[in-house]
Amino acid sequence: MSNRLMEMFENVRGRRGVLIAYATGGFPDMASSREVILAMLDAGADAVEIGIPFSDPVMDGPVIQSASCDALSRGATPAGMLELAAGVREQAKKPVLLMTYFNPVFRYGLENFAADAVLCGVDGVVIPDLPAEEMGPWKAASDAARLATVPFCSVTTSLERIDLISTMATGFIYCVSLLGTTGVRKSVSPELGPFLERVRERTDAPLAVGLGISTPEQCAEVGRYADGVIVGSALVREVAGSGGDLAGLREMVRGMSGALIGICSSM
Amino acid sequence: MAEIQDDFERAADPALSTRPGYYGGFGGRFVPEPLMAALEELDYALQGVCEDPVFRRELERLLRDFAGRPTPLYHARNMSREAGGAAIYLKREDLCHTGSHKLNNSLGQCLLASHMGKSRVIAETGAGQHGVACATAAALLGLECEVYMGEVDIERQAMNVFRMELLGARVIPVGTGSRTLKDSVNAALRDWVENVRTTHYCMGSVVGPHPFPAMVRRFQSVIGVETLEQFDEVEGRLPDIVVACVGGGSNSIGIFSPFIGKGPTLVGIEAGGVGSSPGEHGGSLCLGDVGVLHGAMSYLLQDEDGQVAETHSVSAGLDYPGVGPEHAYLKENGLATYELVGDDEALEAALFLTRGEGILPALESAHAVAYARRTAETLGPDKRIVVCLSGRGDKDIDTLRERFG
Repeated sequence: MSNRLMEMFENVRGRRGVLIAYATGGFPDMASSREVILAMLDAGADAVEIGIPFSDPVMDGPVIQSASCDALSRGATPAGMLELAAGVREQAKKPVLLMTYFNPVFRYGLENFAADAVLCGVDGVVIPDLPAEEMGPWKAASDAARLATVPFCSVTTSLERIDLISTMATGFIYCVSLLGTTGVRKSVSPELGPFLERVRERTDAPLAVGLGISTPEQCAEVGRYADGVIVGSALVREVAGSGGDLAGLREMVRGMSGALIGICSSM
Repeated sequence: MAEIQDDFERAADPALSTRPGYYGGFGGRFVPEPLMAALEELDYALQGVCEDPVFRRELERLLRDFAGRPTPLYHARNMSREAGGAAIYLKREDLCHTGSHKLNNSLGQCLLASHMGKSRVIAETGAGQHGVACATAAALLGLECEVYMGEVDIERQAMNVFRMELLGARVIPVGTGSRTLKDSVNAALRDWVENVRTTHYCMGSVVGPHPFPAMVRRFQSVIGVETLEQFDEVEGRLPDIVVACVGGGSNSIGIFSPFIGKGPTLVGIEAGGVGSSPGEHGGSLCLGDVGVLHGAMSYLLQDEDGQVAETHSVSAGLDYPGVGPEHAYLKENGLATYELVGDDEALEAALFLTRGEGILPALESAHAVAYARRTAETLGPDKRIVVCLSGRGDKDIDTLRERFG
C-alpha cells in the first residue's frame, strides 16, 4: 500500500474514523477545482478523491452526473485531472485518490496511467466498474507502479467473492452498504453493521464506506463500524450552489470531520 | 416445434471457451459491484431453465402461438430480378408479433424473470421496438414494466411510446447525455443497481455484461435455426451470403449463429449515417476502437480520452456507439465481415423493397436490404443471399414521409 494511505489509517486507528472527501475534477472549473480540494483538506478531510469526469457514469446519481457533464463541456480530460492531482500534491501531504470509470484508464493504457498517476503524487485509484474478476491486469499495473488498488464490496457480495475482493485490495475496500448510485440519502442502511462485520471477518484491509452519506450524524453512525467514510454528492452539491464562496464547504467538511472524532470502529 | 427445442444446444457458444463470459478477449463483466450477484444469479437461473423441459415447452408454445413463429423465409423474386444477379431471400422477422425480432428475446427473458420470482422488469429502448416487445411480454406474463427511453427518441418514435403505454408499461424519459439509446442503457443500469433484488433488467441486444450477450444470442438464435432449415428445404444447401444490420447486434447474431464457421459469408451492416467523421455514423466495428461500455469489452466509438462518442443514424435502432462482444470476436477472427451503409442508401432501399415487393422494412433492416441489393448485382444467378428483415417499417413512416412524401 502507498505509505500515505497506510499512515492515514494507522495514525487515527482507535481514535477516530477517517474522512475521505470527493470532488469532481474540473468542476466548477479547473482553477476553482483545485481550490475546492485544498479547502476540503484544510478543513479536516483526511484524504481527497478526485473524480475524472466520464461520459457514461453508471454508478453516479444526478448530482455527480451533472457535475461531470459540466466539467467535460469545459474540456476536462484524464491528463488534465492528473495535472490537477499534481497541483494538489504540491500543496498538500495528505493522500490523493483518483476515481474514474475503466474505459478512460484502458484507453490511456493501464501501465501508463498507473505510472503517470504515481508521478503526479496519486496514492490510489478507485474504478467502480472494475469488479475483482476483471481487476487482474489493473492490479498488476498498479502493483508495478506502487499505486494502491481499491476494490468495491457491496451488501449483495457473496462470502466467496469477499475473499477474492480482499486479494485485490492494496489500499482499502470501498464498501457500499445500500443499493443505488451516488447521491444524498436520508438515513444509513440498517444492513450496514452486519455487512461490515461479514467483510471484516475475511480481510485485514481497512474498510471505507461510501454512497449516500451526507451529514455529520451519518458520518458518526458509519464511523462506528468502518475505518473511513467517503462523502461525495453532498459536497459536490454544496460546491455547485456556492457561487465560488467556499466558506459553506469548509463548514460542512469541518462538521463531518468533527463528528468522526472519538468515533472508532468497535469491530 | 422440435427445431426450437434443439435451438438451445445448437446455440451453445463455440467462442465461449476461453474464459467464462468471454469471446476471445471480448465480453466480461465491467459493472458496479452491487450488480455482480445479480449477474451470477441470472447466469445460474439461465442455465437452469435451458435444461428445464417445462420452461422450454412454455417458451416454444409462446413463440409459436403468441409470437407467430416460425416466420417465413421468402424468396424475393421481384427484388432479385431488379437487382439482376444472385437470388435474394428475406427472413421475415417483420411478421413476428409486435413487428420485429425483438419479441423472441423479450419473451425468453420475461419468462425467465417470472421463473426467478422477479415482479418487475425494466428495459432500455431506442426505436421503441424492444420497449414494445418487452411491454408486450410483461403484459402477457403479468409483470410490472418500466422502459427507459431517451428524450430524442421519444420525440422521433412517438407511436411506439403510446403503444408501450397502452400495454401498461411506464415510459421514463432520459434527459441526460445525448438523450438517446446509450443514455437509456445508463439509466436502466442505475435503476437495476438500486432495485436489483426485485427487478430483472431485460436487455434488448447482445450487449452488456455476461450473461446478457450469451442469453440474448440464445433467445435470438431461433432466427438462424429456422433459416437454416427453411433454406435447406427449398434449396437443399447453405446460402452463400447471410446479411443483417448491426446496432447492438441481436438480429445479426441470431441469424448468424448456426452458420458461423460453416461456409456462408456472414456480413453485418452498420449505420454509415451521413459520413465517416465522429458523430456522423454508428460504425462501431468499422470505424471504432476496442473499449469498455455498458459492462463489456468490445468495439466502441470514442474519442482519444476514452469518452464515448455521439453517433448518428436515420434509424434509431442503429444509433448506438457500442456493439455486442461476440461481433468483435467474429470480426477479429475473420468469421464475419462488417460494412457500412449510409442513411441515403438505406432510405432508397426501403422504398425499393416497398415498391418492388410490397414489403415496408424497418429502416434498420433497410440497411441490410441495401447491401443485398448492391451485392446481388455483382454475383451470378447461382448465388443465394439471405437477408434478415428484422422488422417492419410502420414506425418509420414519418421519416419516410419527410424524405419521399
